[in-house]
Amino acid sequence: MPAIFRPSANLAAAVTLLALAGLGVGGVALWWLWPRTDYARHVRWPVGQPVPFSHEHHVAGLGLDCRFCHNSVEVSATAGLPPTTTCMTCHSQIWTNAAVLAPVRLSLASDTPIAWNRINDLPDYVYFNHGIHIAKGVGCASCHGEVDRMALTYKASSLTMQFCLDCHRDPGPRLRPKDQIFNTQWQRTADTASPAALMGEYHLRNGRRLTDCSICHR
Amino acid sequence: MKGALVPIAMLVCLTACDDMSNQAKQRHYAPAVGPAAVPSNTVEYLDRPSQAPPVTLELLERGQERFRIYCTPCHSELGDGHGMVVQRGFPPPPSYHTEHLRQAPVQHFYDVMTQGYGAMYPFADRVRPEDRWAIAAYIRALQRSQNATDGDISADRRGALE
Repeated sequence: MPAIFRPSANLAAAVTLLALAGLGVGGVALWWLWPRTDYARHVRWPVGQPVPFSHEHHVAGLGLDCRFCHNSVEVSATAGLPPTTTCMTCHSQIWTNAAVLAPVRLSLASDTPIAWNRINDLPDYVYFNHGIHIAKGVGCASCHGEVDRMALTYKASSLTMQFCLDCHRDPGPRLRPKDQIFNTQWQRTADTASPAALMGEYHLRNGRRLTDCSICHR
Repeated sequence: MKGALVPIAMLVCLTACDDMSNQAKQRHYAPAVGPAAVPSNTVEYLDRPSQAPPVTLELLERGQERFRIYCTPCHSELGDGHGMVVQRGFPPPPSYHTEHLRQAPVQHFYDVMTQGYGAMYPFADRVRPEDRWAIAAYIRALQRSQNATDGDISADRRGALE
């Protein structure tokens, strides 16, 4: 009786088995890795908006302070998304016929807020308060990146629990002098107070309490 | 067959699991019945009457910080009304250094911030009453800075200008 398989079938069988095993391992790895990629987390991914608002133009170009629009950021949990009247503070007089601003004018005329699309969305089981981060010397850019370089606004950090803990475990190096909190281009220089000195200035005794579960999960 | 029912039921239950990132909650901006009417004989919180606080260095520094956030886009750091937004076509506001505004009471600046004036929108929704007084005090300091004489500089600092 002739052989059913030729000798080369040994190789084919080995390759097939290896490929199947590789597919299994690769599949599991992909399933685990995929949600951890910046792509799946929508990092650096501009979100479409009813009006293509440019932070680059308004902040770097005109020199507006973050707080001109996000005026509750120092005293409130939320930074505050500006109402239409804030836009119209200037746009009632300049670019009044610009087609791109039609939704803003419609919003004012119809007394209906502009429905901006959310860019940074923390899970609902996370307690986050902007005010305390500003009061303790964390700059906007530490989480939001160089917003003044964003022609269209995108999420600059993963905002995962790991991201929060990296800073909560060792806040010192991320703290800034009080007058540089809203400067997105600030860099630590030789003249900057040491991390330990800033920890003292902001009355952060040590990082221990900042990693209590109940600091963020209430 | 019967033995498979329990695992299948458990699997079906699992489909209801999510990571709880988005939970059902009341959206406090959901317009349920339209804007609330202000009861009679009351004022809105941000427009409560407010008295001018005593002028201190702390107040002036607070005023300077707030002025740079909310006022400089039009009024400029000098207060001469040539801010960046004016350079882009906004109708220029008057300079603070005109005789008319130099004689105006502090209350005038507070009222303009609260109610707006001409093309300027009200800033009552953005600047708290205490901060409006601080800004008004800083505007006074700006006015003085543009009309300062040698006599305004203390003797020990006069040398720095020469």
